[in-house]
Amino acid sequence: MKSLQRMINIALPKGRLGDKAYGVFEGIGYGCPSIRETNRKLIFENEENGVRYFWVKPSDVAVYVERGVADVGVVGKDILLEQSAEVYELLDLGMGECRMAVAGKKGGKIDTDRTLRVATKFPNIARGYFRKQSLEIEIIELHGSIEIAPILGMSDVIVDIVETGTTLLENDLEPWEDIVPISARLIANKASYKFMNVPICEMSRKMNEVITKKS
Amino acid sequence: MTLPKMLLKKEEEVIFLLRALFERFGYKQFKMSKFEEYDFYAENRNFLSSENILTFSGLDGKLLALKPDVTLSIVKNTKGSYALAERVYYNENVYRVRKGTGEFKEIMQVGLEYIGEVDRYATMEVIRLAQKSLEIISDDYIMDISHMGFVTGFIEELGLSKTQKEALLKGISQKNIHSLQALCRKFQVKEELENAFIEMASLCGPLEEGLQKAKALCINAKMEDALSELEAVCAALKSSGDDGRIRLDFSVVNGMDYYTGIIFQGFVNGVPSSILLGGRYDNLVRKLGKDSDAIGFAVYLDLLERYEKQQKEYDTDILLLYEEKTDAAALLRAVEMLTDNGQSVMVQKQNQQTVSYRQLWCMKERGLEIIAEND
Repeated sequence: MKSLQRMINIALPKGRLGDKAYGVFEGIGYGCPSIRETNRKLIFENEENGVRYFWVKPSDVAVYVERGVADVGVVGKDILLEQSAEVYELLDLGMGECRMAVAGKKGGKIDTDRTLRVATKFPNIARGYFRKQSLEIEIIELHGSIEIAPILGMSDVIVDIVETGTTLLENDLEPWEDIVPISARLIANKASYKFMNVPICEMSRKMNEVITKKS
Repeated sequence: MTLPKMLLKKEEEVIFLLRALFERFGYKQFKMSKFEEYDFYAENRNFLSSENILTFSGLDGKLLALKPDVTLSIVKNTKGSYALAERVYYNENVYRVRKGTGEFKEIMQVGLEYIGEVDRYATMEVIRLAQKSLEIISDDYIMDISHMGFVTGFIEELGLSKTQKEALLKGISQKNIHSLQALCRKFQVKEELENAFIEMASLCGPLEEGLQKAKALCINAKMEDALSELEAVCAALKSSGDDGRIRLDFSVVNGMDYYTGIIFQGFVNGVPSSILLGGRYDNLVRKLGKDSDAIGFAVYLDLLERYEKQQKEYDTDILLLYEEKTDAAALLRAVEMLTDNGQSVMVQKQNQQTVSYRQLWCMKERGLEIIAEND
């Protein structure tokens, strides 16, 4: 009977978070042993458990799920907020916890006297946050090493993910304001959720049990 | 001459079938201009699904816009009223930005509107037509039904501000139970209300079963009215043979502005997002100064483009080669004979190896000959 059912396609973010998330999937019966072999393959499947995993760039997970090639995926809330993806957000997995924050030079504060220059990888989140405060801002979109923007005087603040704050400190910056707490979420494609309702709900329920037990 | 079916793409075939269906139920086609004055859309922005409008100036310098939406134009021009209902359907292109593409796209939409007094019968008729439309597209479909009156009826009971209400609606639409729980705590919703609210947000299942559960959640008259309307629809669909494809799902919500009553959304297996969306939209009709209610739906046919593998096996059934001395009139007669037989033929002097064919034929002086076959 199982072979007749379509496999569940799962998009995982490459990296630490993805490895950890895979551990949870494995623990609740969706293991795929070949995934542990070190090679450069990006797609792994296990017919027995009815699952197929893709390793994708963390910021692309929501795209794969929204377009339905992945039925479910694990993705950071930061990326969901930034891309406002049309997906169902089924669970807060409670991993990869950190926060989105406004940071600037140590001891400084937001100068409301002039246009605030904001360097960030998350332009939509930054724009949304400062619009609520009616602040005039200028977004400088960067793709990495955000911390050096204020040091070099290119921006006044940065909007970025803060985990422990060490990177900020080492660069003479500190978090000024928290925007939103971030953690990994289990998301599902809207159509898959309809047509594969039973297997997806079962997966989500089992994961929820593991998470609630842990906390 | 009958139309060979293979020529029609899936979406083209669906258009014809939908139009035939709508005509049979007394809906008349509404043909409109490709553009409207920009001001019209600017004034009614909150009824548009997207902020982006493609504009250009007309000859007299007036700012015009390519239609981002059809319903608005229909409602503006309708003669439908409480006294006399109008039934119309349309098959039009709209210009919108599809998410993530960053560019305007021409989107083919087919839909219908019932503008007049929307009584129980009209509601059932439109919902049944939505269901039939999905059946035309695929046997494997699911239609989710919800009711804004039920959802907002509950939310109003919580005594929240407009932004707080919008935040809850957003959580519901994402089935984001953990964020709804967090929001309820933040807004200091009483525990028993929170539990019932979460139950409503998670409710999703076959219509009849779902309504049984929803019954226990009613806490005011608005919710009861909504429920009784849903029950009536359920009874009507049941008698026309609902085999579990119609489901109750309160996550089908929209902004607070547009839909006011019943709201429904259709999916077909293989298309990653909803292909049909519709519902009751009295607010828009009233805003445009009409004395009427309205209900309707739209089908997004551009999504069907990738639904079926439409790649043809061969460019042509027969590739027919001829020689220098072949009699041209005889060649044309031969081609006509083959095409009358329902086969497609492409004529070339030499096989250029650029066309894929089922059979390779050659016209020699002594007549037609099959040289090669690919089957």
